[in-house]
Amino acid sequence: MATDNPTSYADFPDARGHFGPYGGVFVAETLMAPLDELRAAYERYRADPEFLAELRADLKDYVGRPSPIYHAARLSGQLGGAQIYLKREDLNHTGAHKVNNTIGQALLARRMGKTRIIAETGAGQHGVASATVAARLGLECVVYMGEVDVARQEANVYRMRLLGAEVVPVRSGSKTLKDALNEAMRDWVTNVDDTFYIIGTVAGPHPYPMMVRDFQAVIGREAREQMLGRLGRLPDALVACVGGGSNAIGLFHPFLGDTDVAIYGVEAAGDGLQTGRHAAPLSAGRPGVLHGNRTYLMEDDDGQIIETHSVSAGLDYPGVGPEHAWLKDIGRARYVSVTDGEALAAFHLLTRTEGIIPALESSHAVAYAAKLAPQMRPDQSILINLSGRGDKDMHTVAAHEGLRL
Amino acid sequence: MSRLAGRFAALRGAGRTALVPFITAGDPHRGATVPMMHALVAGGADVIELGVPFSDPMADGPVIQRASERALLHHTSLRDVLDMVRDFRRTDGQTPVVLMGYLNPIEVAGYGPFAEAAAAAGVDGVLTVDLPPDEGHELLQTLRGAGVDTIYLVAPTSGPERIARICAAASGFVYYVSLKGVTGAANLDLGPVAEKVAQIRGATALPVGVGFGIKDAETAAAVARFADAVIVGSAVVSRVEALADRPDEIPPALGELMSAMRRAMDAAGAEGGR
Repeated sequence: MATDNPTSYADFPDARGHFGPYGGVFVAETLMAPLDELRAAYERYRADPEFLAELRADLKDYVGRPSPIYHAARLSGQLGGAQIYLKREDLNHTGAHKVNNTIGQALLARRMGKTRIIAETGAGQHGVASATVAARLGLECVVYMGEVDVARQEANVYRMRLLGAEVVPVRSGSKTLKDALNEAMRDWVTNVDDTFYIIGTVAGPHPYPMMVRDFQAVIGREAREQMLGRLGRLPDALVACVGGGSNAIGLFHPFLGDTDVAIYGVEAAGDGLQTGRHAAPLSAGRPGVLHGNRTYLMEDDDGQIIETHSVSAGLDYPGVGPEHAWLKDIGRARYVSVTDGEALAAFHLLTRTEGIIPALESSHAVAYAAKLAPQMRPDQSILINLSGRGDKDMHTVAAHEGLRL
Repeated sequence: MSRLAGRFAALRGAGRTALVPFITAGDPHRGATVPMMHALVAGGADVIELGVPFSDPMADGPVIQRASERALLHHTSLRDVLDMVRDFRRTDGQTPVVLMGYLNPIEVAGYGPFAEAAAAAGVDGVLTVDLPPDEGHELLQTLRGAGVDTIYLVAPTSGPERIARICAAASGFVYYVSLKGVTGAANLDLGPVAEKVAQIRGATALPVGVGFGIKDAETAAAVARFADAVIVGSAVVSRVEALADRPDEIPPALGELMSAMRRAMDAAGAEGGR
């Protein structure tokens, strides 16, 4: 039942934040007014030439955009099928796509007169990107991070502290990303007057899924132009990893109307979907309500959210952005999954064939593209969103090899 | 007349303010809840709010978060909570019981089956913290159809338009969240709370309860001067927590806490507060 009208995708979400049955605003009453305020401010500034000019200048001079497209010729040759191209978000300042969004939201926070920003983080990439823009704009910054993640991402915790942010370990629930999000919401509800909550992914109550998508869509807009300029045509397939799904929607969104372009979102299958130890709500979950929106979730038969498992802390989240839930249902994107083992193999493959060390999150996309390419012709192309670099994952990968750094 | 409406009408006739304690069902263990409910009533509670445990209680402070975690250690489910209400109703047909929780367990149960089961068990009202009226039309219709009241929060950040919209959707009573924050948060500034309650009264004839941050008998008495109901959550749950390894002592301790609050509130009423 995929729709044929290419302009229709830009019309979503509706005015109340719905993507079909997904999205919406499911929060306690105290947050309704600040969300209204945010929606109004975003509506105003998303069309404001001065705001957009400042955003563009920051993305160029501070982040280093546009990020290049790289033809992974040796990898393509080795896989013996489609040509693989990488959208190099790993080359951004702070090492991942996350900063595209934090720059946008922090500029908005400043225009709204907010003096304090808060953020949740899993792997620490969004926390670092938030602390970075806070340092640059002179805003107070508090980052909530699950205690388990604090322990496994020590280097990023130190980076955030260097940047002047306060990192608060969250000890409730499963002590990971979802609990960090709960705690950030609790902070926001307590400090709504002076605080701006920078959500790091395309989840949460409206307008966050739309706003974060819009800030990340620079990835897809650039990539579309770059591929057209280089090949004279669009890629045959897009591949991106999906945790909350911000890098994926950023790449996908400008291509949604190009119905000849196949779109693959890759979830984390952890130990394997059949084990139940994974983080793949679109592949193996069902719809429910968490963190302000209706979407696919990992939950038990009582409606309790269950713990997720992935080698990649950035994909270790039991929900997913509502727009992905909708794209799955209408059939415009396909959601697949790869295991920890497959992602680690792809990590090594890209590192050895191209000299590019990918983040474990992005390694999931590489792993799926490596399965897809041999099924395609050499004159076809796959564009992978290489959403981040792997420096932060050295300890995790080494531990899997039985080494301690 | 619903059990909630009847109870509030009777209290209003007697010039008294309702005392509404909150406990989390299944905390510290499943068998503890019904005896605790009876003890609360014996101590002077007029309505009971029963928390449905949820893995991600975003609007709750640490005390009620931990209560949810204790209840979930032995998998207290929404169905178990309804069983507890049914059990409570075997000997108490009068005291209204309101479920307070988050939407997802109800989504999984299905709105229709949940509403029917809740009504059959003797639940009088449902307050779904993360379901504002804007998204809640379908559940509201389903619950009302089953004869269950829909209770909504009004917050310090709610402007006149939102207050009107919430009051139009509410039945049973309106719950005013007395502070910007999570349950059990810091000190109340009562002046603005009283002002907001007066504003809400301008929008509805329903009783107005006040909760979040009422820590002791003194605050309860002060709030009783201008509210129809005083809702006490974390202060009750922290007693439960302190006695979690001596569960037999919990019902009498909760009874005493209720009596102290009841006495203070009635004394405030006798001074002619309202």
